[in-house]
Amino acid sequence: MSDRYDAIVVGAGHNGLVCASLLAKAGKKVLVLEANSQVGGAAVTRSFADGYSVSSVAHLLYQLQPQVIKDLGLNIETVSNNMGTIALSADGNHVRFNGDEVSGVGDEDVAQFRDFRKRMTRFAKLLKTFLNKTPPRLANDASKSDLFTLAQLGLDIRRLGKVEMQEFLRLIGMNMRDEVAERFDSALLRGAISLDAVMGTHLGPRSPNTILTYLYRLAGGDGAISQPSGGMSSVAEALAHSARENGATIRTNMKVKRIVIENGRAAGVETEDGERFSSWLVVSNADPKSTIMNLVQARHVETEFTHRIHHLRMRGNAAKLHLALDGLPTIPGVEKREYADRFVIAPDDQYVERAFNNAKYGETSVKPVFEICFPSFRDASLAPTGKHVMSAIVQYVPFELREGWSDKTHSAFEKLAIETLAEYMPDLADRVTASELLTPADIEEQFHIHGGHWHHGELTMDQFLFTRPVGGAAQYAMPLDGLYLCGAGAHPGGGVSGAAGRNAARAILKSGYSL
Amino acid sequence: MTIQEVPQGRLRSPFYPRQADLDRLFQWHDWKGYASAEGFYDTTLEYFSVRNSAGVFDLTPMTKYRITGPDSLVYINRLVTRDMSKIKPGRVAYAVWCDDEGQVIDDGTIFHLKQGEYRLCSQERHMAWLQMSAIGMDVTIVDETEEVCGLALQGPTSCSILKAMGIEGIENLRPFGMATYAFQDTEIMISRTGFTGDLGYEVWLSNDKALDLWDAMFDAGKIYGIMAMGTEALEHARIEAGFIAAYVDFLPANVTVRTGRSRSPFELGLDWLVDFKKPNFNGRRALAREKRNGSTWQLVKLDIEGNKPAHHSYIYSTSKGKKDVGFITSAAWSPVCKQNVALGTVRSPHGKVGEKLYVEIYYQREMHWSKMMAEATVVDKPFWDPPRKRATPPGPF
Repeated sequence: MSDRYDAIVVGAGHNGLVCASLLAKAGKKVLVLEANSQVGGAAVTRSFADGYSVSSVAHLLYQLQPQVIKDLGLNIETVSNNMGTIALSADGNHVRFNGDEVSGVGDEDVAQFRDFRKRMTRFAKLLKTFLNKTPPRLANDASKSDLFTLAQLGLDIRRLGKVEMQEFLRLIGMNMRDEVAERFDSALLRGAISLDAVMGTHLGPRSPNTILTYLYRLAGGDGAISQPSGGMSSVAEALAHSARENGATIRTNMKVKRIVIENGRAAGVETEDGERFSSWLVVSNADPKSTIMNLVQARHVETEFTHRIHHLRMRGNAAKLHLALDGLPTIPGVEKREYADRFVIAPDDQYVERAFNNAKYGETSVKPVFEICFPSFRDASLAPTGKHVMSAIVQYVPFELREGWSDKTHSAFEKLAIETLAEYMPDLADRVTASELLTPADIEEQFHIHGGHWHHGELTMDQFLFTRPVGGAAQYAMPLDGLYLCGAGAHPGGGVSGAAGRNAARAILKSGYSL
Repeated sequence: MTIQEVPQGRLRSPFYPRQADLDRLFQWHDWKGYASAEGFYDTTLEYFSVRNSAGVFDLTPMTKYRITGPDSLVYINRLVTRDMSKIKPGRVAYAVWCDDEGQVIDDGTIFHLKQGEYRLCSQERHMAWLQMSAIGMDVTIVDETEEVCGLALQGPTSCSILKAMGIEGIENLRPFGMATYAFQDTEIMISRTGFTGDLGYEVWLSNDKALDLWDAMFDAGKIYGIMAMGTEALEHARIEAGFIAAYVDFLPANVTVRTGRSRSPFELGLDWLVDFKKPNFNGRRALAREKRNGSTWQLVKLDIEGNKPAHHSYIYSTSKGKKDVGFITSAAWSPVCKQNVALGTVRSPHGKVGEKLYVEIYYQREMHWSKMMAEATVVDKPFWDPPRKRATPPGPF
């Protein structure tokens, strides 16, 4: 006899934990199975060198939803809130961002930036109301609440007023490059905004849809950036604690091999070790492709649905570079206190686009772009005394390298990345005592995300809202009885927000699911 | 770069040289890229050959897919609505396949050639759908339409003709059975299948032996009244047999644009092909829902008074003809049944067996149009269903 649960959550990623905790809170007997030894999925702190730890994939907190924090009564300690951003220039004339303010650029740019932010924030607010809602169904059998939600979206857009509504509709499908080129003189300013628009995507600033990705980032938390104390694991641990408090069981080192299907419905899971757990409700925190193609298998679901899932675009392009440093590197023109901020290397929008060019053809960027922070600057727990950790997101690093990922290509890119950084931090190379590069291929292998894509699927119009992950399955329930999706592949998408997990739990509870 | 010759215009079946010799009507049409004859000498005569002796129909344009690989059974079983695990090697199954919404894409026959190896035959081409269905499965799908040719030999004397050709043991082949037989210095595959609702066989072979087969069959068949037939005679026969045809009695779901214009297996009267006990198949969820909530349409076989075929007629529930409840999709006067028969589609809950409906038949007399309201009775059995169709051995005719 196998153990029977009300719900089994596959994967203890942050969304899985949010979902598990909320289901447990509603009185369900919940089991969470995590393949890795730590909970958190891609929101996790790991040691990468003796004495040095870092948030392995996600490293900054943008958008953990207040609703999640409130529902679960979380208390997340942060070491730095509202981090500023510094767009680095090789000549030391950096551009500094803080909220709606920018410095280091001309007066016209300052005014333009304020206007740009005002508009973007207004549009982001519109999206924000939808982050914590189940997208409405558009099918013939749409319910009243679906139609109401849809009407609300239309009304919200209309309420922007005539001019702003036109602007919204003009911008929403557009590319970021056109917008920044129209507004700003400063190349650094254009570059930094372009980078924010394309982070974690397989898109360049000239790709359509990059305003939407920018808005999505902004929508989560009005653009405020913070760093949790002890790295991302503290978020994951807080969520796991909440789930356990609510009565959920979390088991790590339990890799789910398949979702058991009986009589055309989900009936439980089987782990790699052959252990079976029964439940009429399986909630997958894994990405949609892994969930359907590997855990469920195509034969158990419909053909057209399989086809849509199979064709989900989810080619990861962002790598993580972690450096153990025997001291902070010198960055000309940056004051000591500013090491608590976030740095970006994206000298102009064309540079970012060119960095993407290589990735289109399966090559790594010759001149990559970076988002950098020094988590140990404010958090001494992450490195030995006097020493530091650098955490950087590096783009573009294709999941499928044409040459193939090997030790040789891996270390060649790591070398190139450090050399590029050294153009802004002259003494960096001498300070590196250990390093770790996680390519999307490594992220797939270590964090079990197909394509190593942190959004579990490109965040583009065709994979957004009503059609996330795919049309006909955007309400968390998959077209297989008893199977739900609760990860970033479901609406609204990636980032450590907990929105997908919370929405999924609410959809499950609302469906009147009972044993 | 090598340049591959692509045949221009319509393809000719390997039987074409013999067909051309016989052809007196010169009525050819396109069937999925092939030239297919509507008739050769007289379509009525050809029709009677099927019912009274034997007719030969060229099956070559039938789309044929070879499906192999470790997942072939799992694949086929997910593709079609019936349980294919029950179809052993050497058996043939009539099946339908549906889209995700449980709407019929097409029907066809599936030959279980040998363990794990299948051939799917259908009127339409389906490579895109079959490939899409193969995502996540280890199967290989090869279109072998042009490599395999076939003749349908249908009618009461068909078994005798094959016997006279020296096909040993053909009389023991059961309906929906298939086997390979020695023919001259090669092997041919014969299945006891057909589209006429009568005793009949389909012979499949490689193109190079096509003319030898034709010659042997017509030599042996001379005293058994063998006759080449075209699609018009076949169309007549299939209506009598109550068989449905794509683009006539239903539209493949993937070509419909308007909602509600496609049909589910239930709506086509194919309930017996839908097996909810077997593992998942495409359209299962939608069909289970339909089963619970009821279908919108019902395909009916109608026995209509009078002798004027009810082509394209509206169907009414009363003789007043105020509100139509459906329409005729196929109609014919059946000489062999002495019945005015038709297939039609009516809105549920109409269509119960025994129900009296009315069809509005328009007909022309010396240019002038007339119309009549004819009573039509819903029947459940095929109009033409002779015992010899099922008998093994079928007996000498």
